Amino acid sequence: MEIFTMQFMQRALITAVFISVITPLIGNVIVLKRLSTIGDALSHAGLAGVTIGLCASVNPVLSAVAVSVLAAVTIEYIRRAFPNYAELATAIVLSFGVGLAAVFSGFVKNSADLNSFLFGSIVAISDFEMWTVILLSAVVIAASFLLYRELFYVTFDEEGAALSGVPVKSVNLIFTILTAIVVSVASRTVGVLVISSLMVVPVACAMLISKSYKQNIIFSVIFALCFTITGLIITAFKDIKPGGTIVLTGIAVLIVLLLMRPKR
Amino acid sequence: MSLLEVKNLSFSYPDKSILHRLSFSAEQGDFICIAGTNGTGKSTLLKLILNRLAPTEGEIKLFGVLSHKFRDYAKIAYVSQKATDFNADFPATVEEIVSLGLYSRRGLFKPYTKQDRERIRSALEKVGMSDYSGKRIGMLSGGQQQRVFIAKALVSDPEMLFLDEPTVGIDVKAVDSICCLLGELNKAGLTIVMVTHDISSILYHSNKVLVLSEDGSGELMSSEDFNSGTILAHVHHTHSR
Repeated sequence: MEIFTMQFMQRALITAVFISVITPLIGNVIVLKRLSTIGDALSHAGLAGVTIGLCASVNPVLSAVAVSVLAAVTIEYIRRAFPNYAELATAIVLSFGVGLAAVFSGFVKNSADLNSFLFGSIVAISDFEMWTVILLSAVVIAASFLLYRELFYVTFDEEGAALSGVPVKSVNLIFTILTAIVVSVASRTVGVLVISSLMVVPVACAMLISKSYKQNIIFSVIFALCFTITGLIITAFKDIKPGGTIVLTGIAVLIVLLLMRPKR
Repeated sequence: MSLLEVKNLSFSYPDKSILHRLSFSAEQGDFICIAGTNGTGKSTLLKLILNRLAPTEGEIKLFGVLSHKFRDYAKIAYVSQKATDFNADFPATVEEIVSLGLYSRRGLFKPYTKQDRERIRSALEKVGMSDYSGKRIGMLSGGQQQRVFIAKALVSDPEMLFLDEPTVGIDVKAVDSICCLLGELNKAGLTIVMVTHDISSILYHSNKVLVLSEDGSGELMSSEDFNSGTILAHVHHTHSR
């Protein structure tokens, strides 16, 4: 346990706790709205942001946030243009993100930097990055609490929500921007390629045991915290990638819960 | 003042004209069934009234206000065909679902009060679902789920209730019990406008029927007149075709 007295590991733990709270907060809405692919689309747009940041010598977390937010707004715009084909918007933005990232990655001088975003590198996080995560997490947590009922209603029944006076378009836009923020800040922790899993797997686990919407949110946050901290502990003792370890821990728990589930 | 006024309403989809110069009104205490064969625009009419679609011509007023300017959401409530398109795996309790109906009364950022919780309890009691408040919504039968959605509509204490084929996909026994429930709510003063494909099960509880025709016109008549023979026979004939 001596390793946890080291500053880099403390930074990693603090960051992990914040990421573990915000990813399922957003993941709940994404999964229950059946929009699980939006995480993939925004994480790939975020990757494009990372490559642009690395090329332009701008902090890659900040450039990832900027490009992901832009991508999120684009998704909302395309979704309104094709209201009956919501998945088309995520597919277009995902392709654009991959294309952009592929082009700009050719200009990145240090490929190790890009690699740390692809697979996550939470133990290498700087003070500035930790504070960025804390600040943006505070925004996401506050928005999730303030818009709890609106997000619940829109997730459950968008038409009913509109007829009850919920500003559905604004709520959807705010939510998509929040998703972009979460994807970008979490990309440094677990990596662009697995962030979508961290949003979805804890929620899937919670859905197997929770009885209410509120419980589902609480359980998914607890699951995410357990997966991330367990993953970090494993990473501290074995020289393996933290992002993959965190997600694989989650998948292992999901499999156990699925096997233990009473048959309907 | 009529609670609902529809004047010379016309609506067309790009490839098809649905409603043509339709006019009718609903007064306080009315229970109006909207009937007609498939494609006559029953659900479209409800969407127009609730401002989910914009009319091609004409105007709709709710409580004297043009429907596109109407913002007094607590005065109206809507129940859709939820029992058939409902995601049974959604992790939410009956109480949580009913609480959503309070949004029109509370609005943005206002937390629920003790009085709101009492409203939820009372709404569930009205529909006979008090014992199920902690159950996950997906664990209930179609008829029970629809009762919960009616409780969600009632919790904001609306003056007017709109229903779009609420008995689709529900077993016959549950249909009868939902129709009786709607009849009781109407007797207690709630104005109801309901789209239905199964007019026979609800006719006894309603006082008016709006029959939509394939040419886009509509005729509002008393339930007695509707029941008096020829029109009912016509609807049945067209259905059997």
